[in-house]
Amino acid sequence: MKESTLHIVVCIKQVPDTTEVRINPETNTLVRDGVESIINPFDAYAIEEGVRIRERLGEGKVTVVTMGPPQADAALREAISVGADEAVLLCSRAFAGADTWATSLTLAQAMRKLRPDVVLAGKQAIDGDTAQVGPGISCHLDWPQACYVSKIREIEKGGAVVECLMETGKEVLEVRLPAVLTVVKEINEPRLPSFKGKMRAKKAEITIWDEKAIDADPEKIGLKGSPTAVNRIFSPPRRSGGEMIEAETAGDAAKILIAKIKELRIA
Amino acid sequence: MSDNALLINPKKCVGCRVCVKTCPFGALEMDGKLAVVNVNCTFCGACAPSCKFDAISLVKAEKEAAVNLADYKGVWVFGEQIDGVVQGVVHELIGKGRELADKLGVPLSVLVLGHDMDEQCRELLEYPVDRVIQVDDPELRHYASEPYAQVVSGLIAGRKPEIFLAGATAIGRSFLARVAVAVRTGLTADCTGLDITDDRLLLQTRPAFGGNIMASILCAKHRPQMSTVRHKVMQAAEKDGGRGGKVEKLGAEGKLPASRTRRLDWLPELSETVNLVEADIIVSGGRGLGRPESFRMLEKLAKLLGGAVGSSRAAVDSGWMPYSHQVGQTGKTVQPKLYIACGISGAVQHLVGMQSSDRIIAINKDRDAPIFGVATYGFVGDVFEVVPAMIRELGGEA
Repeated sequence: MKESTLHIVVCIKQVPDTTEVRINPETNTLVRDGVESIINPFDAYAIEEGVRIRERLGEGKVTVVTMGPPQADAALREAISVGADEAVLLCSRAFAGADTWATSLTLAQAMRKLRPDVVLAGKQAIDGDTAQVGPGISCHLDWPQACYVSKIREIEKGGAVVECLMETGKEVLEVRLPAVLTVVKEINEPRLPSFKGKMRAKKAEITIWDEKAIDADPEKIGLKGSPTAVNRIFSPPRRSGGEMIEAETAGDAAKILIAKIKELRIA
Repeated sequence: MSDNALLINPKKCVGCRVCVKTCPFGALEMDGKLAVVNVNCTFCGACAPSCKFDAISLVKAEKEAAVNLADYKGVWVFGEQIDGVVQGVVHELIGKGRELADKLGVPLSVLVLGHDMDEQCRELLEYPVDRVIQVDDPELRHYASEPYAQVVSGLIAGRKPEIFLAGATAIGRSFLARVAVAVRTGLTADCTGLDITDDRLLLQTRPAFGGNIMASILCAKHRPQMSTVRHKVMQAAEKDGGRGGKVEKLGAEGKLPASRTRRLDWLPELSETVNLVEADIIVSGGRGLGRPESFRMLEKLAKLLGGAVGSSRAAVDSGWMPYSHQVGQTGKTVQPKLYIACGISGAVQHLVGMQSSDRIIAINKDRDAPIFGVATYGFVGDVFEVVPAMIRELGGEA
C-alpha cells in the first residue's frame, strides 16, 4: 500500500440477535434457544462506510477487527464478503470478561499495530448498548473522536468533515485524523454480499492475534483489567395486563381514550 | 490474587446442554458430553442456577483496590448545558444524586462547564445541592470531547469524588467514556436504577439485550463509580431554597489542550414538535399509516397534547419520516409518560425502544398485533377514524 492511501480500520462485534434473548420467568434463567449470531447492525453501517470511502477515493484499504471467540471468524468473513480487504481476530482466553474499559484498551493496542488513518465503528452494540468502546479507544490512543456520525462529508489523510447527530440537531465537525468515528444508521444502506465477495470471504486468511501479539498489559485486559463487574442479571418487571377499550364507534373510543389521557394530567 | 473462574465439574455434568442454551453470551459449548467455557464468558453467573446437577460453580476473585478508596468522598453530577441552558436531565441527576449523597452522608456537587454561566450556576444552588463547581472558559461554551474530558478528568483526579453521574445524552455518553478511560475507572452506561449497597457501593442497574434483561453492575475497586443515567427515569429535584452553598468558579487558565475537532456549523432539526427523548408524550406511527401525508394527523394530535411525533422503522425505511424520529432498536430508546402507537404492529425491535414508557395506548386494526401485549389501553380500530376523532375531542380541527 502506498504511504498516501487511507487505511481504514472498522471495529465490529458479533452479537446475539438480542431481541430473541429472554428470561424464563419461572426459573429466572436466560433462554437463548436458537438465537443466531449476527454482526452488530450499527457495525454493518461502519463496514459499508469504510468500503464506500475506499471506493470513492479509488484507493485505500479496509481492515475489519473484532475481539471475540474463534466463532467470531464468521462475522469477519461476512465483512469481507461485503467489501473489507483484510480481517483481524483478537482472540485469547485472557480477553474474556472484559468490560468497556478493557475492551477499548485491547482494541487500542491492535490499532497501535495496524496504524490506521481512521477507525470506524457502530455507535453502540445492540447487546450491551453502552456506546463507550469507540470513545474509549480514542482516549487510550490520545486521538480525537466524533460520535453519532450521520454523514462523512469529506475525508482525506489527516482530516475529515463529518455531521454528528445530537438530540436537537446536527453538529458539523472538522476532525483531525487519525480519529475514531462512530456511526449511526442514517449514514448509509449496507449492501448485500456479492457472489464474488462470498467466494473471497471463503478463501480469505484471517489474522489472529492474542495479548502477546498486541503487546497488551495482562493487568489491563479481560476480567482482570475491568473496573466494573456484573453483579446480577434479572428479568425486567413485567407490564401489568392491558385493558382493551370496548366501544361501538371510533368516536366513542376517542372519547374514552382522551378521558384516560386527561386523567394522567400530563397533556 | 487468583483469577475469576467458572468451573464445570466433569463428574457432575451429564451433558444435558441446558447451560449452553441459558448463557446470554454464547460462552458455553459442548465438548463431547461435557460443557466447556469459552472466552465469551463474562462471569455473570447466569448459568449456575440453570444446572440441575449442580455442576457449575462461579469463583469470583477478590480484587485489590486500585486506589485508596477512603480518599474518595462526595457525589458529583455533571451539569450538562447546551447553548447556556442547563438540560432537564441535570435536575433528575440532582434528585437521584441527593438521595445517594444522603444515604452516604456526603455532600452533593454539580459541575458545570461552559462560558458566561454565572446566573445559571447561582440558580442551581436553589436546588438541593451543597455546591456548584463552575469551570468558565470561552473554549468550553460549546461541547467538545477533548477539552471537556480533560477538564473533568483533571478535577476528578484532584478532588476525588466517589460517585460521578451524567446524563446518558449524546454529550454525556461521548465524553464520559474518555474520562473513565483517563482516570482508570468503570463507567456504566444508561442506568435506569441507582442505589447504595450495605457496603457503601453504588449499585447500578441497567437494561441490556434491548431491555429484555436487566443487569446490576458494581465498580468495587476503582473510583469514582461513574454512571450515565437515562433521561426521564429519575424523579427531577424541585427548587427547595438550597443548602446555602456557594458557586466555586474556576478558570481553565490556558490549560486546555488544543482541540483536534472544530465545530464548523450547527444544523438544528427543523421540526414542529419537541425533541423525542425530552417529550412526555409521544404519538408514533407505523406501516399502518400507509403514506407520509398521514403523519400530519399525528403531528396535529401531538401538538394538541404537547408531545412529539415518533415513528416505527417501517415508516422511516419507506421514507415517510426522518430517521431522527425512529423509535426502536436501531433508532431511539424512549421512555415518555405516555406513548400512543398508531398503526404500529409492535415488532420486537420496536417494542424494545418504547416498552419502558409509563403508559402505552395502542390503536391498530389487527386484534392480534403484538403491540397490544404491552399496551395499557388498546383499541382495535381504524387509526384514520380514531385519531381524527381524538383531535376533535381535544377541540382541534381534524
